[in-house]
Amino acid sequence: MSLHLDATPAHGPTGAARQAPPPRPQRSVRHRLTWLDIKGSPYLYVAPFFIIFAAFMLYPLIYTAYVSTRNWTLGAPDSTPAGLANFRELWHDSQFWTAVGNTFGIFVISTVPQLLLALFLANLLNRAIRGRVFFRIGMVVPIVTSTAVIGLVFSQLFSKDFGFINYLLQGIGVHHIDWKSTKWSSWIAVATMVNWRWTGYNALIYLAAMQTIPKDIYESAALDGARPSTQFWRITLPMLRPTIIFTVIMSTIGGLQLFGEPALFGSGSHYLQGGSLHQFQTVTMYLLQEMFERSRLGYAGAIAWVLFLMILVTSLLNFLVIRRINSDK
Amino acid sequence: MATTYPPAHARQDRHEQRERRPARLRSASGRLWRTSPLTYITLVAALLLSVFPLYVMIVGATESNDAIFKMPPSLVPGGRLTHNLQAVFSNVDANVAKGLLNSIIISSSVTVSVVFFSSLAGFAFAKLHFRGKNALLLVILGSMMIPVQIGLIPLFLMMVKLGWENHLAAVIVPALVNGFGVFLMRQYASQAVPDELIEAARIDGSNTWGIYWHVVLPALRPAAAVLGIFTFMQTWNDFLWPLVALQDPENPTVLLSLRNLGNGYYQDYAQVFAGTAVATVPLLIVFILLGRQIIGGIMEGALKA
Repeated sequence: MSLHLDATPAHGPTGAARQAPPPRPQRSVRHRLTWLDIKGSPYLYVAPFFIIFAAFMLYPLIYTAYVSTRNWTLGAPDSTPAGLANFRELWHDSQFWTAVGNTFGIFVISTVPQLLLALFLANLLNRAIRGRVFFRIGMVVPIVTSTAVIGLVFSQLFSKDFGFINYLLQGIGVHHIDWKSTKWSSWIAVATMVNWRWTGYNALIYLAAMQTIPKDIYESAALDGARPSTQFWRITLPMLRPTIIFTVIMSTIGGLQLFGEPALFGSGSHYLQGGSLHQFQTVTMYLLQEMFERSRLGYAGAIAWVLFLMILVTSLLNFLVIRRINSDK
Repeated sequence: MATTYPPAHARQDRHEQRERRPARLRSASGRLWRTSPLTYITLVAALLLSVFPLYVMIVGATESNDAIFKMPPSLVPGGRLTHNLQAVFSNVDANVAKGLLNSIIISSSVTVSVVFFSSLAGFAFAKLHFRGKNALLLVILGSMMIPVQIGLIPLFLMMVKLGWENHLAAVIVPALVNGFGVFLMRQYASQAVPDELIEAARIDGSNTWGIYWHVVLPALRPAAAVLGIFTFMQTWNDFLWPLVALQDPENPTVLLSLRNLGNGYYQDYAQVFAGTAVATVPLLIVFILLGRQIIGGIMEGALKA
């Protein structure tokens, strides 16, 4: 060391390197390892997702498309080509269209009141109140419960002779309603379960967005004499538009896949049937019925793809609306 | 402020100032932030409505079957909770104890795996540079739109072929990591971990794994906690896929076992309620203990979306 310093003091380490070159191959290996680490490890880290995605989402997606063009019975060793026959049959299948109507009907009467109520509650929660954490926790507690539990508890609450809801209605003179028996009453019961579970959650999402609105906007509006209701309609609501659309999209995706609540509401051995006249059978319930009760895999595959397209188109429409609104600003 | 801690009277002064300012604003902006009793009444009513079905479930779990079928319905807990719980756990058709154990195994392993793989991939997407990153991220976003139902048939056939039908693996493996988790962690990592920190660790000779383990993972802890809680709840409550994959009543999840409590010649609703309580109360306890974090997670997630 001292020798190097004496010989080429001005060059320092460079001189040292020149005089006694370090073990080059070793350094190169370490260099190459570092290079491999930096270039390669990102792929290694994202790989688990893509392996799971390819095996359990993408492959089934494509395979379902293939299955939907076959005549295939569960348990049968072979399938025969069917072309588009499954889709053609679906087009003329009144039970399928009933299920589509039920799904969209329940979706509308669960989403619209739910989001309005959530907006209203968020507006209340946004005021200067005591015990805010307490109220917030209490309102999102329903998301802890599973659809299975909700289905069981609510089918008791909505039971014809001994249910709490009919007991309350009796108080105002309404005779016992058989909630499961007609279209509208069963839709209302199922929508109530959905609303109960998600209203508080959506209220919290709206609350989060409301708290990002700068207070001075309200203050100057108040100075200009705008009343609280005017402030809500003219300031709060327009500022919440992106959030509202986000919740609409989430409700769309969840609502069109609705399964657990209606399935457990009509509990019993024919729980996939959705009532004697399929009055509350959703598309997913019909899909499972074709798959397991009637063992028609090809036909069930066609239902699955149509459902997927329905969700895709509805989400795409929502996405275009968002883009439109963002570019407006 | 930076050099010495302000003396007590100064602190009090600032405190008063902070109190006074909104008061002045309040008088200027009229009734903007005034809270009327009506607000509290409405909020309490909403609170009661959201807790009521859970209360009905717990009351039902403490009643006898006859008391449940009574008009007017009873709203006071009865004294048969232990009796009903015994009936639930000794019901040979339902296998509730096995279901509870299975649900704990499934939910815990899925939660650990989702948090681990999501934070790893989220770190890579937020902080590392690699070719095709944006395209891959789009695939992740797209995957969130694919409904479970569409894969049901092939997934089921795949499990039959793998011999995983009626095995917990059929429920665990497809859920090991998901697009939502990766995206959530990516969003959090890109703002919670400064690039300088990663550069500094590299100069210190850390490799990428070391950076993840010692620098990134500790910084991601809050988001990881929220993701973990949500994953656990979601997995515990999942119904559709376990219904298809675990058709053997001997090996159910706790929710599947509930369905068999009500089956049979004699419908014992007290038992059904006790069973639903058994399936719900563990989550309820977790929720109440971690309520603040969950609330924070929902609200933060909403703003990032």
